[in-house]
Parts: sequence; C-alpha cells; structure tokens
Amino acid sequence: MFKEDKLNEISNKKKQWEESTLKKAIEKFPERKESFKTTYNEELKRVYTPEDIKNIDYLEDIGFPGEYPYTRGVQPTMYRGRFWTMRQYAGFATAEESNKRYKYLLEQGQTGLSVAFDLPTQIGYDSDHSMSEGEVGKVGVAIDSLKDMEILFDGIPLDKVSVSMTINSTASILLSMLIAVAEKQGVSQDKLRGTIQNDILKEYIARGTYVLPPEPSMKIIVDIFEYGSKNLPKFNLISISGYHIREAGANAVQEVAFTLADGIAYVEAAIKAGLDPNVFGKNLSFFFNAHNNFIEEIAKFRAARKLWAKIMRNRFNVTNPNALKLKFHTQTAGSTLTAQQPLNNIIRVTIQALSAVLGGTQSLHTNSYDEALGLPTELSATIALRTQQIIAYESGVTETIDPFAGSYVIEALTKDIEEKAMNYIDKIEKMGGMVRAIEDGYVQKEILNSAYESQLAVENNEQIIVGLNKFTIEEEQKSGSILKVDPEVEERQKQKLKELRKERNNELVKKNLLKLRNAAENNENLMPFILEAVKSYATLGEITDVLREVYGEYHEAVIL
Amino acid sequence: MGKIRVLVGKPGLDGHDRGAKVVARALRDAGMEVIYTGIRQTPEDIVNTALEEDVNVIGLSILSGAHMKLCEKILNLLKEKNAQIPVFLGGIIPEDDIPELKKMGISEVFGPGTSLEKITSKVKEIAGDN
Repeated sequence: MFKEDKLNEISNKKKQWEESTLKKAIEKFPERKESFKTTYNEELKRVYTPEDIKNIDYLEDIGFPGEYPYTRGVQPTMYRGRFWTMRQYAGFATAEESNKRYKYLLEQGQTGLSVAFDLPTQIGYDSDHSMSEGEVGKVGVAIDSLKDMEILFDGIPLDKVSVSMTINSTASILLSMLIAVAEKQGVSQDKLRGTIQNDILKEYIARGTYVLPPEPSMKIIVDIFEYGSKNLPKFNLISISGYHIREAGANAVQEVAFTLADGIAYVEAAIKAGLDPNVFGKNLSFFFNAHNNFIEEIAKFRAARKLWAKIMRNRFNVTNPNALKLKFHTQTAGSTLTAQQPLNNIIRVTIQALSAVLGGTQSLHTNSYDEALGLPTELSATIALRTQQIIAYESGVTETIDPFAGSYVIEALTKDIEEKAMNYIDKIEKMGGMVRAIEDGYVQKEILNSAYESQLAVENNEQIIVGLNKFTIEEEQKSGSILKVDPEVEERQKQKLKELRKERNNELVKKNLLKLRNAAENNENLMPFILEAVKSYATLGEITDVLREVYGEYHEAVIL
Repeated sequence: MGKIRVLVGKPGLDGHDRGAKVVARALRDAGMEVIYTGIRQTPEDIVNTALEEDVNVIGLSILSGAHMKLCEKILNLLKEKNAQIPVFLGGIIPEDDIPELKKMGISEVFGPGTSLEKITSKVKEIAGDN
C-alpha cells in the first residue's frame, strides 16, 4: 500500500528510533515482560508500521464491504443499515417456562430467539429414559415431542421471529418439529427464518452430544441441506461452530482452522451427494467465539471471512456471491468468566462483544455475568442484552463500517491468522480430511494441548485473570440469586410423556417409525419421514432409537 | 504407598470435558496414575471401572446441574459394594449444594477457577487419608 522508497524511509526511521528513543526508554523502564505473544503463541511486535502490511494489497486483500473477499463485512452497509440480530441463548425447565422467558426477552427488545435444549433432547433420549435422570430441563428446555414444541412457541409468530436452535445430533427431528408447529400457526416452511446448529463434527471434537458415527451423521446433515435448500430458502441449515472448539481450549488460529476445515467437510459431502454449492452455500452459516484478546479477535473474524470466501471460490468454484459470504453468529466466551468477583464478567463480556461487532458479526449472544455460577437469572440476562444495546445505540462503533481496517496491527494479524489457519487446513487435508483427523484424535489432541498450556500460563501468573490470580479479595458466598431448576420438572415431564403415549394414535406412530426405518435402510432422504413421524407425535427418543438401531452409536476414543 | 491411582470420570450427559481432561493431565504430571473414563458414563460404569482399576480416589466432573442425583447414586453404589474410595467433585456446583454434597460423603468440591496446584495437592491428601 506504500511505495518502495517510502517504506525504506520508514524502515530506516524505525531503526533510528529503536537505537535512540526506544533504547533509552527501555534502559530506564524495562518492559513488563520479556516477550508479548498472541494466543497462538506468535511473537507480538512492539509496534506495527506500514512495513508490516507491505505485502497486503488493499483491493485484493481488504476490498469493500459486501464485495469479495468480504474482509470488511458481508453487507455493503453493515450496521448503518441494520444492527446484528440480538439473539440471547435461553431455555430451561419446561416448554411453558421457556415460553415465558422468550416472551419476556422479546418484550425487552431481543430480536431473535435462540433455543437451548436440555441434554436428553440434544442426545435423543426421552425425559423418562434412565440416561436422562437428573438432567431433564437443566441446561435447556426439555422437548420430548411436537406437543412440547407447540407449547414452546405458543403465541410467538414464527413468520416474524427468527428462531435459532442449538441442536446437532437430533437437529433433523427438532427442525421437523419447528416446521410442524409453523404449519399449525399457518406459516409455510418457505417463510421460516432462523438457524439450526446441525454441526456434528464439532460434537466429536469438542462438545460431546453426538449419537451416531460420523458417516451416517454426515448423511443426515446432507439430507437436511437437500430438503432445506428446496423448502426452507430463508433458513440457515447449519451453523458451523468454532465456539465450542474455542471453549474446549483452542486458540484463535485453531478456532478458525478447525471450523473452516469442518465447513470444507460439509461442502464436500454435499457436493458428493449431488448438491450444488452455489445453491446450498448460501444456507451455510458460522458460529464463532469472542474471546478476551480484543485486537486478535477482530482480526480473527476478518480473517475467517476472507479465508472462507477464498476457499469457496478457489476450491469449490463457487460464483454466487451469497454462497461466498461467511455469515456468522458470535457468543462471548463463557469459559473466560470467573466465579470470583462475578460482576467483573460484565466488563469482560462488553469487551468481547465489542470485538464481535468490530469484526462484523451478523448475530450476537452476550453471556450473563453469573454463568460461572449457574443458569442466568432474569436480571443477569437483561444486563447481558443491554450490553449489546449500549454498544449498538451508544458506542458509535456502528456508524462507520469496519472502523479498524487499515490499522497496521489489525491488518497484519488478519493476514497472519489467515495464513496460519490455512497451514492447519492443508495439514488436515494431507491427513485425509477433517473426518479422518477427528477419528484419529489429532484435532482433539491439538486443542487439549492448547487448553493445558493456557491453564499453566494462568497458574504461573504469565496470564493474569483479574480477581482470580491478581487483585483477589475474600468474598462472601454468592449463589443466593442463582436460578435453580425445580426437581419437579423431571416428574412433570415424565407425566406429560405418559399422557401423550396414551392419547396419540399409537398405530400410526408405529407405522411412521417403520417407514423411517425402511428409508434409513434404503439410504433415502430421511427428512420427509422424520417430519411425518413428528407430526404423528412420535417422540424424540423413539425416532432417535430407530436411527441408533440402523446406524449404530458412536463411542469416542479417549484422548488425554 | 506406591503411585496414587485416580479415576477421572464424567457421569451424566454433559460433554464439557476440558476441565476433566486438564485436571487429569495435571494429576498425571504430578506423578499419579490417571484413568480417564471419557464422557457420558453411568454411575454404574464409574463405580465398576474404579473397582476394576483399583483406584485410590475418584474425581467426578459435572457441569450440567445433575450433580446431586449423580453423586448420590455413585456414593450409594460404592457403599453397596463396600468400597471405601474417596470421591471429589469439580464443575459448576452452586455454593448452596456443597454442604449437602459433603454430608452425602463427597470429600471435596472444586469450583471454577481452582488452581491445578490446589487440586493435585488436595487429591494427594485425600488419597493419603485413605
């Protein structure tokens, strides 16, 4: 971006500065640390200058918002046109209680719903299954059948509110339930807006709510792509998630690399099944973490967007601009929140959320300050939402697009993260692709190594966590206002199931489950069969059991 | 006493295993023999593995809120089998639940932010008491 002679002048001046001004200063006041590093262990320079971005071509590498390579954002006007969707992840106990919380959040100005399901729902067990004991309604809402889903969205117009569902191994079932509820509300599928997470690869890597082995899991995801790109044009059919990869301990480069490598695996599987990436590519979305390191995080989002556009264009010959754009949801980093001095977490969340906004996110969840202690209360959830609103309406960072572009360090790090992530992707490619790398435990091991290193850095005080290893205070115990799920929830949910099994047409359920089994055995697209089973009030557990029986269950190889 | 043998287990459906794995590594680096069960173990799985592997101490990691039920089951199973293996617990455990967990027989509860050093030294102590 600078002329050769100007760069030489800057380089010479920098040498002079180092030998005179800087040297004197350091002799008098040594720097705080011997070396300063990024989270991915790269030396961070003392100061960045035009020299550090001399290989960056503005038009080629940065460009304009809404244009390839989308470094500055996927929309031409970004937040001047419309703010990101403020989408708080919520759900607990029963469908009735979660429905109340959703209505409250919508009244408070939240602009989209994000449904948290309990673990039995995520893993395909009904609430009365022995594996569900103690887990019903705990980390999200319990959904056993379409009946629960009808209650969950009662009075919430599905043609107006977009719904994101954090569901993976049972995504096909929950999506079918959503479609069925919408139909009952008189909303046709093509009007539905929202996202299903539907990212099974990251479950094997980082989050653990898998059911089936990778191969059939990938097949069902492709079924969803195929069904969805025909019937649900406004719906994101996957949210390829780096969030959990980062929470499991990955650094910023690994987050980008492993997420995009997962993305490549999905695109390849879909192409192999005969789908056109120019068509399904626009229904892909991503989900990233906003961690503590403000500068690095802004660069990370920009790098991910640019890298994905390049991969889609160069590797998959995608020409449709909408299929080149990496759209993403962001959540602030739950793992950075401390149980010590929990109010400090409001500040952490603010910094993280700001990095997501400056990184150009399409949708954002800000964590509640009490999440290291338990489920968020109404008050803490409201403060988290207000954090986003203050950034949107008061901070001014939304008034001009990608305001940190051109910053020497931001551009240098954007390029650095892009290159290092690409190296990882190439390495995974040589191993035979992401599914293979996961089955071999390579990815899990890389993440665990980073997790262990960063924990040791905290233990050795190389990494300071305010209130945890510095500026600590003796605290009163603080769990008084934590939201607790009533143990009665489990009993009520079991009772509801019992009634459902009595009331519904069991013959029809049996028939539909058999049809699903036949379809699975004959390698057909399962979506229409799951939808039919759901509509006859077959339960989530019953449907998942059919798939378990046909495809088998996955058990991870334990890696330490 | 020879090397301390520790079982690190994740009962229930919760898949957040970063803490369990990091603690398992730290215990190993502190010279203990660590058996890590992986996620989604039933209380029966955990107790059986602990007995088969003849461990000195069991560490559980639970973040989903199912700790009361799961701990109770595991402690009861240990009692049934007459196994006197101390059990410690880590994860997101509300402060209010800790007295009850200790009354139940849990030796120690480590909340978020506990240092690895504290955990390893405490585990040594718990195993030594046994």
